[in-house]
Amino acid sequence: MSDARLYEQSGEAGFGDYIALLKPRVMSLVVFTAMVGVLVAPGNVHPFIAMTSILFIALGAGASGALNMWWDADIDAVMKRTAKRPIPMGRVQPGEALGFGLALSGIAVVMLALASNLLAAGLLAFTIFFYAVVYSMWLKRSTPQNIVIGGAAGAFPPMIGWVAVTGGISVEAVLMFMLIFMWTPPHFWALALFMKEDYSNAGVPMLTVTHGRKVTRAHIMVYTVALVPFALAAGFTSIGGPIYLAVSVILNAVFLWGAWRIWRRDEVQAEADHYAVEKQVFKFSLLYLFLHFGAFLAEAALKPYGLGGW
Amino acid sequence: MAFPEQHELHKRRFGRNVGLGLVLAAFVVLIFGLTVVKVTRLGQAQGFDHVLRPEIVPGQSETAPAARPPEATQ
Repeated sequence: MSDARLYEQSGEAGFGDYIALLKPRVMSLVVFTAMVGVLVAPGNVHPFIAMTSILFIALGAGASGALNMWWDADIDAVMKRTAKRPIPMGRVQPGEALGFGLALSGIAVVMLALASNLLAAGLLAFTIFFYAVVYSMWLKRSTPQNIVIGGAAGAFPPMIGWVAVTGGISVEAVLMFMLIFMWTPPHFWALALFMKEDYSNAGVPMLTVTHGRKVTRAHIMVYTVALVPFALAAGFTSIGGPIYLAVSVILNAVFLWGAWRIWRRDEVQAEADHYAVEKQVFKFSLLYLFLHFGAFLAEAALKPYGLGGW
Repeated sequence: MAFPEQHELHKRRFGRNVGLGLVLAAFVVLIFGLTVVKVTRLGQAQGFDHVLRPEIVPGQSETAPAARPPEATQ
């Protein structure tokens, strides 16, 4: 096996390693939210063009993932969760990942422009720039608010999907953006509370390390409260309706209650039940986002039958 | 004489080539599909001259004037 290892270190990657560079799990979320953005937007776009647009939005997101892995290879190697990524494992050379990410970014942006319109392509280019440069290179290692601002990169896909169909940005697109943008901090901080990763060794300032866990718990509460109005407001726009509003009211009430419970606990209580509440809220936050976008989709799907929307 | 057993590296390389081949083939299909959709939704496309030729529009060949000034047809 020693000779095989030698080849591995010389950068002989398998096909799967290139797929891993695209962060497929993040991509699946992008596909879902971009798809909702496309499907709820008014106007009839050809299904093939809709599918192509979603595909290239996802490819752009994947490309920014590859660029992120190129830049963060040093800290990925230090942290247990990311140590098995292709670059720290030596299967893909850093330069290869950079070229791969840049080439796919170019292809994704140009193809989205050809398939839909220039504004959507411009937004995709900005998203890639935002994630790779603003978040990865600049914010991630310099401020504990990194995930707050970096969350914008994950919030763009439904807006790009909407713009790909309508050609313009409207209040609905902005509210879908804000829903993900405001949801990201409580989601990640709940994770940070129970995943005690060695961020400090890796040189990444996480709120739990820089300001302590008590402050993080308060931040979760504050950001959850700030998220609620955006989630509910979307219910009163053209993409909302009674179904969405009912789902949203329930989900927000549960999320607020979870954030409240996290806020009222201290570390001793959390240690005692192995962070049960934090884990619960983290899992629920995934469901929260999924069901909100699912409700948008339900409203759009029922519209032809006179049931969805207001 | 049997061939020597393939190294794991060759399998990995083969997998990569097959994968890339499939991706490229899918890309060709995608561009083709996009072209078909875009072209069939263009309506009365007339190449690159940008001059309307009423004789090719069904039902207009008799009523339309034979030639119109180009600035009115842009």
